[in-house]
Amino acid sequence: MHELGVVFAAMDTIEDVARENELSRISSVTMCLGEVSGILEDYFVDCWKWAQQKSDLLRDSTLQVEQIKAVTVCNACGHTYETVRYGRTCPHCGSDQTVLLRGNECEIKQIEGC
Amino acid sequence: MTDPIKVIEVKESVFANNDREAEALRARMHDAGTLMINLMSSPGAGKTTLLSATLRALADEMNIGVMEADVDSDVDAYTVQEAGAKAIQLHTGGMCHLDAAMTEQGLNQLGYQDQDLVVIENVGNLICPAEFDTGAGKKVMILSVPEGDDKPLKYPLMFEVSDLVLISKVDTLPYFDFDKQKLEQNVHLRNPNAKIIYLSAKTGEGMDEWLDWLRDAVRDWKA
Repeated sequence: MHELGVVFAAMDTIEDVARENELSRISSVTMCLGEVSGILEDYFVDCWKWAQQKSDLLRDSTLQVEQIKAVTVCNACGHTYETVRYGRTCPHCGSDQTVLLRGNECEIKQIEGC
Repeated sequence: MTDPIKVIEVKESVFANNDREAEALRARMHDAGTLMINLMSSPGAGKTTLLSATLRALADEMNIGVMEADVDSDVDAYTVQEAGAKAIQLHTGGMCHLDAAMTEQGLNQLGYQDQDLVVIENVGNLICPAEFDTGAGKKVMILSVPEGDDKPLKYPLMFEVSDLVLISKVDTLPYFDFDKQKLEQNVHLRNPNAKIIYLSAKTGEGMDEWLDWLRDAVRDWKA
């Protein structure tokens, strides 16, 4: 259910971009999904396949998903580490003053069409 | 000859369009002097009960409109209408959240220009409503005591975006292992600026603090 709303929002943006660039058919869409974006790739792809059938612009397009690994930086010691493995506590110094560097992306990277 | 394929770098967040619409809506609400509050919580945290008590308390002071967002049904709209507010029901058509465009349609139907305060009772859910900006001036979330003090760790985004965290059903504190200090730590770890108010719509505890917060927010918005 959550992924479907995100798919609709993505398709709205893609339709705007297609109009601006005078594309009538899109052949390929590339999405970037962060590891901790809260969006499950499988669900996203399923929702996408269902929704694209309702769009003349996107019906024959293929979807590529690039996963982005989540990385956190520690403000106390300056090290970076894998977010999913260690969570919010720095494995180097034990501090909880940590900030997510990347991994929460939900981005339309590129579209191809004519 | 077929047209050559164009490759377009979009590099835009899926939420960017909605964010732009929300920003424009917020500016219009500011000009109209109407504060919109996005009230979010999980199902059963007590949104409708708190809202009804709030409407009864403020009915003589200000005009309040309510937009009830639900996947289906209009139970909540009837409940808050009985408490004295102008209320409309928005159906999200199966979606788990409201976005800025749906909110704007609802506002036009409600006629927000005459209101001092409009409250969106968002779909009961701690995930998606946090991601989609509705254009509200303030975001308020309710966490009820029975849900537990660990929720800020499980649903960080909801706590990060909220200006105010209401801890509801505090009359049930003796029956649950709910640690206030731990809760405050967990909230402020995600959002150092979040204000926390403990209340019970049933016993009235903490209601004055919440009502004062609302009065100040409405006044500041008009200033």
